[in-house]
Amino acid sequence: MSKPTATDIAAQVRSGERTAVEVLEEHLAVISAREPEIHAFNVVIETEARARAATIDSQVVAGEDPGPLAGVPVALKDNMCTTGIPTTCSSKILEGWKPPYNGTAVEKLYAAGAVVVGKTNLDEFAMGSSTENSAFGPTLNPLDITCVPGGSSGGSAAAVAAGFAALSFGSDTGGSIRQPAALTGTVGLKPSYGTVSRYGLIAFASSLDQIGPFANTVADAAAGFEAVSGHDPRDSTSIPEQLRPVTPHLSDGVDGMRVGIITELMGEGQLQGFEPEVIAQTRAAADALAAAGAEVAEVSVPSVVYGLTAYYLIAPSEASSNLARYDGVRYGNRVTGVNTAAMNTATRTAGFGAEVKRRIMLGTYALSAGYYDAFYGKAQRVRTLIINDFARAYEDFDVLLSPTSPCVAFPFGAKSDPMTMYLNDTCTIPSNLSGQPAISVPFGTGDRGLPVGVQILAPMLGEVELFKVAAVLEGANQ
Amino acid sequence: MSKSSVKKTESQELLPEGWEMVIGLEIHVELATATKLFSPARNSFGSEPNQNVHPVCLGLPGTLPVINEKAIEFAARIGLALNCTVQKCVFARKNYFYPDMPKDYQITQFDEPLNIDGWVDLPVAGTRIRVERAHVEEDTGKTTHVGDSGRIHDAGYSLVDYNRAGVPLVEIVSHPDIRGPEEAKEYVDEVRAMVVAVGASDGKMEEGSLRVDANVSIRPKGSNELRTRCEIKNVNSLRSIGRAITYEAKRHVNLYEAGKEPVQETRHWDEEAGRTRDGRKKEDSDDYRYFADPDLVAVVPSPEWIAELAATQPPLPAQRRTTLVEVGATKESAALVVQRSLDSLVVDAIAAGADAKRVLNHATNNLAIEGAEELSAVDFADLVKMEDDGALTATQAKQVLVEMVADGSTPADIAAKHGFEAMDTGELEATLDEIIANSPQEWERFVSEPDERPKLQGFFVGQVMKATRGQADGKLVNQLLAKKANA
Repeated sequence: MSKPTATDIAAQVRSGERTAVEVLEEHLAVISAREPEIHAFNVVIETEARARAATIDSQVVAGEDPGPLAGVPVALKDNMCTTGIPTTCSSKILEGWKPPYNGTAVEKLYAAGAVVVGKTNLDEFAMGSSTENSAFGPTLNPLDITCVPGGSSGGSAAAVAAGFAALSFGSDTGGSIRQPAALTGTVGLKPSYGTVSRYGLIAFASSLDQIGPFANTVADAAAGFEAVSGHDPRDSTSIPEQLRPVTPHLSDGVDGMRVGIITELMGEGQLQGFEPEVIAQTRAAADALAAAGAEVAEVSVPSVVYGLTAYYLIAPSEASSNLARYDGVRYGNRVTGVNTAAMNTATRTAGFGAEVKRRIMLGTYALSAGYYDAFYGKAQRVRTLIINDFARAYEDFDVLLSPTSPCVAFPFGAKSDPMTMYLNDTCTIPSNLSGQPAISVPFGTGDRGLPVGVQILAPMLGEVELFKVAAVLEGANQ
Repeated sequence: MSKSSVKKTESQELLPEGWEMVIGLEIHVELATATKLFSPARNSFGSEPNQNVHPVCLGLPGTLPVINEKAIEFAARIGLALNCTVQKCVFARKNYFYPDMPKDYQITQFDEPLNIDGWVDLPVAGTRIRVERAHVEEDTGKTTHVGDSGRIHDAGYSLVDYNRAGVPLVEIVSHPDIRGPEEAKEYVDEVRAMVVAVGASDGKMEEGSLRVDANVSIRPKGSNELRTRCEIKNVNSLRSIGRAITYEAKRHVNLYEAGKEPVQETRHWDEEAGRTRDGRKKEDSDDYRYFADPDLVAVVPSPEWIAELAATQPPLPAQRRTTLVEVGATKESAALVVQRSLDSLVVDAIAAGADAKRVLNHATNNLAIEGAEELSAVDFADLVKMEDDGALTATQAKQVLVEMVADGSTPADIAAKHGFEAMDTGELEATLDEIIANSPQEWERFVSEPDERPKLQGFFVGQVMKATRGQADGKLVNQLLAKKANA
């Protein structure tokens, strides 16, 4: 099945060679055929999409600029606020809730001429690595429907992998873009913290969350990043710096670039449980970069082994506070009670799934009096250690390399123990903690012929370097 | 700085022998910014419910706070007025569930508040009350409980208005240095005058833009211990503050003297009943799980910015009182005049050439009326000059002043309207002579019987007043009587 790229679609629509309506209908047909099986979406918005596609076409006809992503069918993770369109975080507590406003990234996509086709499924409130935690049923991996697409942005990954949309967007707090990208054979980017506005992204862990693109090609992912990034005064953590354009550098190559393979993430030391093919493909990717002129060596980033532990204290702590507002008072579903406290409890008990409850309790505990220093406080200090270790590594290397996920896509129910599930994020979490950018690129296949994802990491605002490396790997992966 | 040992302390006056009140006050000041602390919604009192709201201050999913810089400026000005150190501050989340808090956490400042370690010198009590901190935080919405008592206990349902949610507050926390209700009221009044003077707030307790909670405990006089305190809420006026503190201190005395102890709790002041009541018992002690808000960055005021604020700080009450003392006011009348915001009127009237003593006398004694601040300094000066020239008696001047405040007319117009003119001495003497001539027996007794003079003086003055329709200057009449009697 051919999956037209966003880059091609935009060029064709802008030039008038194809109409946005035609492109949309093609994608809606694919959705119609396969979505009932895959369940990538919580809602498909044909009416709104058709109206928007028609508008794009009018602009083209009138000689107006329809935007750099004109006519590109785009899917948005259902934790991104869209005016008048249900935004549920795949949770019963927000079932049917329609935001009265658009998030900044959404506004930018509309302004770029994108045609949003629907809101995609996720692990409830972005908590999970398989999309099995959705209150509305899981999403199936288009490459093997017995397997998960990864999570938490499983729906967005599947939408792109299945050709439902040319570009999609998810959020990455501990790997929730990169890991599903790896498991579905797509490209997924977690941008530098502060480069994409979080205004309108329903918060999970505020100091870690970032919106980023999924695409079938590196060039499309770059275009997606460029469309949504930039300073936003409505987000106090949005960085003021002007960002370097990425697309002009895609073909720069990696000659002379210093690439460091992260020793601790190659399955030999303290962190075990990496599938052999995953390791093999990561080494093959390193070889491909060396063949392209990069200087490749191993580098130790010792504190990454503590990343998981620090993350599973920091993220739930912030989440326990961010999710307090779902109390049945103002919006969302309410279960009545004899008084307000009883109503809060009944509403949240009925509305939240098991993993969400687990993390809220964990986070509440970690922040509580007498435990704050031992848990949350200490985890933040570990975070500093990780940042320092990365800084040392980047003195000698331009980018770092590791697997994205320790394994390829796994069967539904295979990782029912929470701790086992959490280990999926081992390689991705460190860059959420440091705020630095990282991208997953498909490279080779592993067990059962399923795709392996290789992760490239860069210093803060190093997206240009990430994409240069990603482009070379994409070329070598043909 | 301590009070004279001759006078009894408030504790000595109000409590049984040997006990001393230990009081700390938390004052919440609503800042007069155009928009809220973290959201672009309007900050305005008195609107219909839920009109001044926005996704951010409603805490809708996906929204983020953005700091209002004017609020920080106002808060720093308050800190400077309180002699605080203004420092880098970090916003923290105070987590608890309540329907008037849209996010179910309040953004406040915990470990690192904007202002610390200040003080207030009280002009009348003469004491110094130390200020522990003055930090910035967002206000909550307002709940209305719909039932018989208007309180939560018997309500069938509750309504929530989020107009106030997210309004910027500065919370000023004093050390427990206050020793009595009058001192407490003076502290609140002085702080209120300061926050109004720097333009940060309109300080209206009746509108809730200045709110006070009192922390009250007692201890044996002479000891330094801090015993169990109770927090009193719902004290909505200066008078309530005084009454509530007195009631609560006595309640503690009664408990200790009965061999019991007060329970550390929050109590509610019942103005009608004149007593405090225990509030909702909180089962879990207040663990707010404070942590630095990851949606905001630290606010780091530069030394240059702080210096600029200090250099452009409007005159504070203490400075304004000093200015009045310099033009001849007593400490007490200076305090009174500044408290009524009449000091600039006084200073301007004196600058326009009016006699300082008369101006101060009027400001202290005759201008405790609504609208006095709006009085024109030039007109005020003219009035005083008329009095000085003898064109108006003291009594007439007071009446004219009151009318000037009421309708803004000039003293000349009002005097003319009433036909006020002080009588000239010659005319007055002539009138007096006529009355003396018509009352020979009374005059005989006045001259020859000194014991009878006070009563007869009243008679003659009364007659003169009748004859002149109140326009005579009473003092002058007495002088003339004395002169004639002794002639």
